[in-house]
Amino acid sequence: MSETSRPNRWQRFAEWDERPLRLDRFAREDPANGFSAFRSPHDPKPGIALSAGKIAAMDGVLAHDFDMIDAFIAAHHLDRRVVEEAMAIPSETLARMLVDMNVPRSELVRLAHGLTPAKLADVVSKLNALEIAFAYSKMRARKTPGNQAHVTNAKDDPLQLAADAAVAVAYGFDEVETTTRVARNAWSNAVACAVGAAVGRWGVLFQCSSEEAEELRIGMAGFTSYAETVSVYGTEKSFTDGDDTPWSKGFLAAAYASRGIKMRCTSGAGSELLMGFHQSQTLLYLEARCLCLQRGMGVQGTQNGGIDGAALTATMPGGVRELMAENLIAVWLDLECASGNDARSSESEIRIGAKILPYLIAGSDLICSGFGSILAYDNSFNPSLFNAEEMEDYLVLQRDFEADGGLTPLAEHRALDLRVRAVDAISAVFEELGLGHPSQDMKASVVMASGSDDTRSYSPGEVAAISAAIQGRDITVIDVIRALARRGFACEAQNLLNVVKLRVSGDYLQTSAMVRGGRVLSAINDPNDYQGPGSGYRMTEARRQDINDIRDVLDQDVVLRAEAEHQAGEAARIAYPVAGPALQGAGADEVVIGISPAFGLKLFQTTAGHKLSEVLRVLVQGIESRGLRARVVRFRHTADTSFLGLSAARLSGSGIGIGIQAKGTAVIHSAARLPHNNLELFSNAPITSLEHYAGFARNAAAYALGEAPEPIMVPTRGEGMGSRYHARVALIYAIETGLIEEGAAPEEIRLKFLEGKR
Amino acid sequence: MKGLGVADYPLAETRADQIRGKRGVALNDITLAAVMAGVVTMEDLQITPGALQDQAEVADDAGRPTLGLNFRRAAELVAVPQDLIMSTYELLRPGRAKKMQELVDRAALLREQYHAPLIADFILEAAQVYEKRGVFTYRF
Repeated sequence: MSETSRPNRWQRFAEWDERPLRLDRFAREDPANGFSAFRSPHDPKPGIALSAGKIAAMDGVLAHDFDMIDAFIAAHHLDRRVVEEAMAIPSETLARMLVDMNVPRSELVRLAHGLTPAKLADVVSKLNALEIAFAYSKMRARKTPGNQAHVTNAKDDPLQLAADAAVAVAYGFDEVETTTRVARNAWSNAVACAVGAAVGRWGVLFQCSSEEAEELRIGMAGFTSYAETVSVYGTEKSFTDGDDTPWSKGFLAAAYASRGIKMRCTSGAGSELLMGFHQSQTLLYLEARCLCLQRGMGVQGTQNGGIDGAALTATMPGGVRELMAENLIAVWLDLECASGNDARSSESEIRIGAKILPYLIAGSDLICSGFGSILAYDNSFNPSLFNAEEMEDYLVLQRDFEADGGLTPLAEHRALDLRVRAVDAISAVFEELGLGHPSQDMKASVVMASGSDDTRSYSPGEVAAISAAIQGRDITVIDVIRALARRGFACEAQNLLNVVKLRVSGDYLQTSAMVRGGRVLSAINDPNDYQGPGSGYRMTEARRQDINDIRDVLDQDVVLRAEAEHQAGEAARIAYPVAGPALQGAGADEVVIGISPAFGLKLFQTTAGHKLSEVLRVLVQGIESRGLRARVVRFRHTADTSFLGLSAARLSGSGIGIGIQAKGTAVIHSAARLPHNNLELFSNAPITSLEHYAGFARNAAAYALGEAPEPIMVPTRGEGMGSRYHARVALIYAIETGLIEEGAAPEEIRLKFLEGKR
Repeated sequence: MKGLGVADYPLAETRADQIRGKRGVALNDITLAAVMAGVVTMEDLQITPGALQDQAEVADDAGRPTLGLNFRRAAELVAVPQDLIMSTYELLRPGRAKKMQELVDRAALLREQYHAPLIADFILEAAQVYEKRGVFTYRF
């Protein structure tokens, strides 16, 4: 090829440029600048030295040189009774113990109390992605998996928050997290979500992410039941730049518990890098420090797995594996894990689906923290990994893998009922407390709307006034409960009271607590007891049926009902009277059309939607157009296209036959050829047109005349194999085979076209 | 006497009659009817130091001593007014206290007036580390 005619680009790359994946940008591994998931020369070697019962050095740093994080971990995380025993075990051995189903979780948790951050990171970095997922499944604290929803909207509209919270509850989320677009609206958002989450059932915990002091005040007024925005960081400088220290956060942890409010911390890979103080250390090591801090503080759990840094982490080699690895450290340290999966880390739907899968299969205390139960544009935390747009994809993934992702399909009519109820409930509360009088139009627009673009409801500014009134008048959850009950929402009032009552006993402050079926379920009374196949979490049959119950599924009844709708119409167009057994044809001027057992009797249209009367009409016309005769025979001994065709050919005076199934798959066969070695085959029934069938029949006649016609090609790009057809085709075929009678003789059909000209 | 353990959990189920809110109202008496009659207040929906001590014992028995200790620190904070909690949190944030003595004084206040020795020790520990790491510095 000469230089002048040499193409400058393979077109394939231009096509790849157009894929959503290419909107993702990827970063080169660069430990010096903080871009490394697992490996950096600046990570310390694991190590421990004790002197007179005190920690003298940890991970290569002498106690005298400890920064605040080292000091806190040495003082509060490391258990001096096990530290020497645990640190003496080689990392390879610990890594194997993590994936050994015969090593109990409790033994690994005991050892973790004596492991330093560098050691924890070193151990989990030895596991591949599959091993990490398996170890995670074995090590997570609570047996039953759960999930958390984001419920927010772009207007901070309380009516929509209530409606969407009720829907999230019905989908089975165990927690609902809201936040604001306008910080002042926090009180209104919290009240709206509390009321919405009380519709339908009780037990969903709710939180309103806002400024630390305000969040605690809202909690004390009873409008929230947990908090998870207490962030910690893995370097001293990012910690103080985040305006906190391990001690200030530790104090806050005790403060939340003192108010009976469940709390978890938040940390995740990439936060130090985003804040500019990464010390050239790996994402995993810095996160291991965060997690040891959290166990040291005595918080029951963590929200980790990248979180705000997940998208940045996913730009690096092994980044997604690192997110899994840090979650594993969290559960190894016996912390409840709300495992991230809460930020849209890619523009590629394939990367999104792949990201969620290990968590879905392994299970997690809260698989997403949270799942965007609202449309992506309404998510005030920014779009989540999964959003309302992809809700049904998630439900199907649960069904595919028979994995409990914490959610349950919701029937359309039920969703609408709940939205009406929730909007009425929050409106009643507003009216009773003199906070507002939503109009019928506002309410109706919210009930119907998929997202805030379609609502005619409160503006953010109007919400600010409501929020200020709730705060300024010291309205508490007691006032809201009373308002609900006074206005006929006794169930919702009781549900809300039940959630607030949780804080009196404090049972839900224990590790990995959620409420299921009116009972607190935590790592104490539902501990993960995985010890191999048959142990650990297994769905009950009832739960499996719940997960399977997605909408719009096919079965034979559905197919037969759909076909029956065409029965009367076809009966007016065509009749298939049987004129006795079909005999061997004598004349060379005939082509036999062999139809299948259910053809025109139980099934009335092809998968492309053509009426079978129309298909037969064009087949007959096609044969006749070449001056030959068409004879129709029904076979009841087989429904297989190839044998229909061969059997037709054997009866045909010309030795050429067409076989056709009701779904439209057709073949031209010669009596002289072996089964399946056909002359022409239409295997793509869903895209086969009447013109194709006409040409097919003309070709059959041509073969009978001894010609060698150009085969009819149905242009395909694989549509016929689209998954939309598979279940229906198999069900249709089962209807055909259900009518088969072994050895049944072929029947001569005197086809009658009842309308139009023949 | 042996403390509570994992077998006693959830306490709201095994010891419902003994669980009471801050004013002594039993958990089972906190009903919707009582709320409507105006006899239940927010105080009745607050956790008590006793309940937190109980949960600490359960946490210890479950092998979670740090969680247990946090519940014990929390028990000490139940009686501490919200404003004092928030100002103590604020004081522990970097650069709020300009001198170690401010934290030492706060620890003494909580130890003596609110009988909060664990919290006091926690603050003193912070004070020493802050001093060493130069956290008592100008920030804004």
